[in-house]
Amino acid sequence: MHEPSAITPDLVAQHGITPEEYARIRTILGRDPNFTELGIFSVMWSEHCSYKSSRVYLAELPTRGDCILQGPGENAGVVDIGDGLAIVFKMESHNHPSFIEPFQGAATGVGGIIRDIFTMGARPIALLDPLRFGPLTKGKSRYLADGVVAGIAAYGNAVGVPTVGGELCVSETYAGNPLVNVFCLGIAPTNRIFLARASGEGNPVIYVGAKTGRDGIHGATMASETFDEGSEERRPTVQVGDPFKEKLLIEACLEVMETDALVGIQDMGAAGLTCSSCEMASRGGTGIEIDLARVPRRETGMIPYEVMLSESQERMLLVVRRGTERQVMDLFHKWDLDAVIVGRVTGDGLLRVKDGERVVAEIPAVALAEEGPVYHRPVRRPAYLTETEQADLSGLSLPEKLDQVLLDLLGSPNIASKQPVWQQYDHMLFCNTVVEPGSDAAVLRVQGTRKGLALAADGNGRYTYLDPYEGGKLAVAEAARNVVCAGARPLAITNCLNFGNPERPEIMWQFAEAVRGMGDACRALQTPVTGGNVSFYNETLGTAIFPTPIVGMVGLLEDIAHATTQRFKAQGDVVFLLGETREELGGSEYLKVVHGLEVGRPPALDLTRERAVQQVCLEVIRAGGVSSAHDCADGGLAVALAECCMTTPKAWLGATLTLPGEMRPDALLFGESASRIVVSVRPDKTESVRAMARRHGVPCVELGMVGGDHLMLRGQGFSLRLSVEAIHWAWGTGLSRALK
Amino acid sequence: MKWGVLIFPGTWSHQDFAHVFQDVLQVEWGYLWHKETSVAGYDCLILPGGFAHGDYLRCGAIARFSPIMDAVVRFARNGGPVMGSCNGFQILCEAGLLPGALLRNDSLQYRCRWVHIRTERRDTPFTRTSRPGQVLKIPISHGEGRYSAPPQTLAKLRSNGQIVFRYATPDGQITDEANPNGSLENIAGICNEGRNVLGLMPHPERASETLLGSEDGRVLFEGLLAGALPR
Repeated sequence: MHEPSAITPDLVAQHGITPEEYARIRTILGRDPNFTELGIFSVMWSEHCSYKSSRVYLAELPTRGDCILQGPGENAGVVDIGDGLAIVFKMESHNHPSFIEPFQGAATGVGGIIRDIFTMGARPIALLDPLRFGPLTKGKSRYLADGVVAGIAAYGNAVGVPTVGGELCVSETYAGNPLVNVFCLGIAPTNRIFLARASGEGNPVIYVGAKTGRDGIHGATMASETFDEGSEERRPTVQVGDPFKEKLLIEACLEVMETDALVGIQDMGAAGLTCSSCEMASRGGTGIEIDLARVPRRETGMIPYEVMLSESQERMLLVVRRGTERQVMDLFHKWDLDAVIVGRVTGDGLLRVKDGERVVAEIPAVALAEEGPVYHRPVRRPAYLTETEQADLSGLSLPEKLDQVLLDLLGSPNIASKQPVWQQYDHMLFCNTVVEPGSDAAVLRVQGTRKGLALAADGNGRYTYLDPYEGGKLAVAEAARNVVCAGARPLAITNCLNFGNPERPEIMWQFAEAVRGMGDACRALQTPVTGGNVSFYNETLGTAIFPTPIVGMVGLLEDIAHATTQRFKAQGDVVFLLGETREELGGSEYLKVVHGLEVGRPPALDLTRERAVQQVCLEVIRAGGVSSAHDCADGGLAVALAECCMTTPKAWLGATLTLPGEMRPDALLFGESASRIVVSVRPDKTESVRAMARRHGVPCVELGMVGGDHLMLRGQGFSLRLSVEAIHWAWGTGLSRALK
Repeated sequence: MKWGVLIFPGTWSHQDFAHVFQDVLQVEWGYLWHKETSVAGYDCLILPGGFAHGDYLRCGAIARFSPIMDAVVRFARNGGPVMGSCNGFQILCEAGLLPGALLRNDSLQYRCRWVHIRTERRDTPFTRTSRPGQVLKIPISHGEGRYSAPPQTLAKLRSNGQIVFRYATPDGQITDEANPNGSLENIAGICNEGRNVLGLMPHPERASETLLGSEDGRVLFEGLLAGALPR
């Protein structure tokens, strides 16, 4: 690359900088920026790094709570779980790179989120991967899904962090823009959390890890634009991951953290060296001076602009105490890692970049990291809502064979078993996995304690499309319900907000409403937001995805013995439904799969009721005698009950159940009313379950009994009888049939 | 009885073995870094799972050149018990301590799941306390676990009784369906002629506590511990 001789308006525009933003840059610098500085501003002020469109809304989310040690603003959130331990977790998107190059895009997404976690001093112990693709029968979507799953497997398995759960949903809306969100959780001693802060004038700045190449230049900017026909030509902006190098970095950095040498640390993710250096200086209230001539390179002839903007993977920037340089270097060299002193902390508040003796950039660090533009973009309620809301579902034809509908739903890709995917991921490493993928939430034990952690990811794009506010609420509520069903108290969330182009008022409105809904649900359920990620510009050729906020929820089990799964355990157990079924077919999977409709309003969610239902479920689990607990969600009550029947092959457990309710049979069976949980309990516990539900004012209906090898469902105007074998076949092979 | 757990750069199951030795079995153990050149003071060596040296080039191909491997080979040749699990099995094959090779799974995908393996031989230090034909419920986690060997090697393995574990159904039947990776003759684990070096693809350390779904894997440690004093 050659450095252009002049900064022209065209060049500024190519960097995605508006004339107003450019004027602001000139005011900050008191002069025109040079080419390197222009590049630095363009990445730091990109939507991806600056959150310029979302900031005003994110500020409304609750971020405080008794156990929150670190909220948004650092590399990841930190939550106290007692026993001197903290959990560190975050979720991020890698949608754009994964669309351009699915394998490496997904792989580097995994690598990036893992670095965010160990940067804080925590050992990464679990990954979740919520994924969204177009219909898998379409060649391109199939290619993307295969590539993404293979990339996650290749990186996660090799680096040695188990993938214990996730989601996979398919819908036409993601055909031109898949979603690859990655959640990572780590665990650390509470008194040994590290922050990304540069402090102590004169302290050395150390570069560790992979050499810098030209890969990923302007990755952050790419993630801040929509796609057109030429998007695949951007493949060079996607980085290539090296999980082996990352494994070495994890071990070496955690070893350095056991010494008292480390002052601050940040990974070089989006916007690479630029972002890590100016953010550390800005947070520390200091400046940083770095000399690019010392940066290890794997390509020759790179100009300062390229070195600063490279997003080569597996690199870290450390500030250590003066005098400990030797000790730190020796540790990295033990792991055969490059470690070079590239600069020092200064007191002048500037990010000063030198190339040998020549100063090539000099910008106030705070201006880059904190004083980026903030937009109150125009919002407008989308016109489509008038149509979808007014859809009259009362005239919908009632399918004749409801048993076949149930099998069809169980076999549809969004409901079918995801084992073909998760069996490609190591989900057992570290000997913590008590509940494997496939139940409502994964459960990990916390070694050295009696405790456990439940992890779930959830988000329904269709709900959010039909009502962004309710969709935001429902995502939080359902994720919380998932961890509750596993026996855990919901603690806190991270989120990944996947939306279209925020410059369009309708998209911005969807965003504002969804965030408002999430905020209300988080307040009601007392699960603060510890951080997350916003991914805008999920559009191809002007068509945006369904607005898709995804919630990563973490729950705590005080006693791992309370870990519960969704599957029936014993003949003779009594099945209860906590919560209430209303005639709500809007936005349901049934409506989509059977009638091809994505209309109506999503199920109504009363947060007070939701909290009460969750409270009852937790109390009955803690009281003992609960064999299973399962959230009713996609596919409704019938699907939830069928899922309860699937234990292990040859250990079929059916049930004979009567579903109360006066409404259309399809609404009763497949409607997705919120705040419902199916529990099965030992016969001697039925009275205490009823009493607990009564105390919280939660409807609690006895549906019947576990037993036999058939699932029988009766209700007003219908009677279904299916063998568990048939149910298991439909559900177990659904995804592989879709992939054929 | 002191267990030595090897760590190569890229190894990841060492922590899990350490956990089992420390917290579950409560026996003496220590880590051995791949750049060390002696294994003195250890009574049994474990080569754990992971991606040693990234498994670049070929699984275990670089690890066999790690400095510690000379000492491991000497230890094994002198009859010292050595167990390689998963990537450790691959390394033992590359190092020439075990015959054959582990190729890409026939599914062409990584597989992490519970399997059952049938104990074929009890005349190794690792399996001597097993019941005859004991079936173990144990996890696998690998992309390259399809055991392969030339016909004459396979014949020798058979006649010498070196096939220690085969993938089986829960009730001990050796079937194609029970074979998770396409291994020849459902082979899940083999030993050397001296019977002191064992390689297996499954992870016994992940099957050592009922909380995690099985403690069948403990039998592989108990064989050696029987007779040895607890710490």
